[in-house]
Amino acid sequence: VQSPLNAITSIVAKDPMTKESVATSYNNFYEFGTSKDAPVKNAQEFKVNPWILKIDGLVESPTTIGYDDLFSKFSLEERIYRLRCVEAWSMVIPWVGFPLAKLLALAKPLSSAKYVAFETLEDPKQMPGQRSRFAGGGIDYPYVEGLRMDEALHDLSFMSVGMYGKTLPPQNGAPIRLVLPWKYGFKSIKSIVRITLTDKQPPTTWNILAPSEYGFYANVNPKVDHPRWSQARERRILGTGLRDQQRLDTLPFNGYTEVASLYKNMDLTKYY
Amino acid sequence: MLKISKPIRVHKHVITVTRASTHVVAALWLIIVYVGALKGSIAGDPVQYLIEFSGKGAINLLLISLMISPIAKWLKFGQLLKFRRTTGVYSAIYALFHLYVFIRYELQFEWGLILSEIIERPYITVGFVALCMLCALMVTSPSRIKRMMSSHWQKLHNWVYPTSILTIIHFWWSLKSEWSEPLFYLVFLCILLAFRYKKFMPKTKR
Repeated sequence: VQSPLNAITSIVAKDPMTKESVATSYNNFYEFGTSKDAPVKNAQEFKVNPWILKIDGLVESPTTIGYDDLFSKFSLEERIYRLRCVEAWSMVIPWVGFPLAKLLALAKPLSSAKYVAFETLEDPKQMPGQRSRFAGGGIDYPYVEGLRMDEALHDLSFMSVGMYGKTLPPQNGAPIRLVLPWKYGFKSIKSIVRITLTDKQPPTTWNILAPSEYGFYANVNPKVDHPRWSQARERRILGTGLRDQQRLDTLPFNGYTEVASLYKNMDLTKYY
Repeated sequence: MLKISKPIRVHKHVITVTRASTHVVAALWLIIVYVGALKGSIAGDPVQYLIEFSGKGAINLLLISLMISPIAKWLKFGQLLKFRRTTGVYSAIYALFHLYVFIRYELQFEWGLILSEIIERPYITVGFVALCMLCALMVTSPSRIKRMMSSHWQKLHNWVYPTSILTIIHFWWSLKSEWSEPLFYLVFLCILLAFRYKKFMPKTKR
């Protein structure tokens, strides 16, 4: 059951928004099945309260926050972001949450911390995709992701606890997920239980599974094709009708060019 | 395997009615799903749904058409062979619809991109080749053309075997991960091909 959330709108993509019914029924969340319609079917009984999110590793004060803290510790913002999937489709979604930097600040990262590692809940009882390799797309669970420290501290890096003015539905990563609008969707890890600051580049799930297809950075880049399809253009999904879609040029960093300075002097075809 | 000694033979009306129902089911199914997608009654992304539905439909129909002759042989039920053409033709129709959805709704008539995707993406190249083959088999399937082609017809239609392998490869390579489904198809196809091992043996003179 989703409850309404109050938030102040801070960042707004000018593009027309995707219908809520599509964004909440077309999901990649292999923990609940590999097809796009499996998560909405299989995740409805998922228990998100109580929830414990741990922040540990290279921090001054390791912190644990509970379900209610997710909605009360920080003032909530609404941000309408474009989301570009590595599969060459995209949506425009209003997220509710707070900057990742604010969350990390709670634990006071040490100066030795260079990377941030994220981990999704591992609970095969609730997540049918984690029960066998076949059911979960060959992924070795728990799902893990990572960011460089400067990426994590960038204002666009957002922890979402809601969408469309309500708490997140389970298929979209309730109760808390990451949203990184300039990176392919698989970086935006869902249902996070642990955030660890570290001095080494953390392993990331899709990179482990197919390193030639999915890199650590996974910045949206129309010039670097996926080995099996082009990333130059994308299909923007707006509604459930066959005609509720647009074909658009994919923009570098998904149009969020303010992050470009994070990657200057880096060969983005090598660090894809 | 269980040996069946008595050949099976049914009244020709049974065959006619069953074949007509095959037409109705295969055609209606496709039409209903397409209309549903056009009306927006499919949850989630209708493009992805139609692509998967028609692609898997084409593979299923192709495998069904390949199941027919081993079953007919085993049951001594020669009339079954009449269904090979129907299912094969629908496999090609589903595959054509699959390409149509890709061109019209996925890439929305961006011909430059469509062409480069077919040429540069191995899984699409393989699928496109398989589709061309299925179309060649479909247009040469009427009895009149079969007679005209005489012995060339069988040579052409033996290409259904490599084509069926290509369709599974296309499916396999199109997935991001999770290969149990195409693996299942491949194993099943290998079993169907094993029944025809004599066809693949080099011809020896006696």
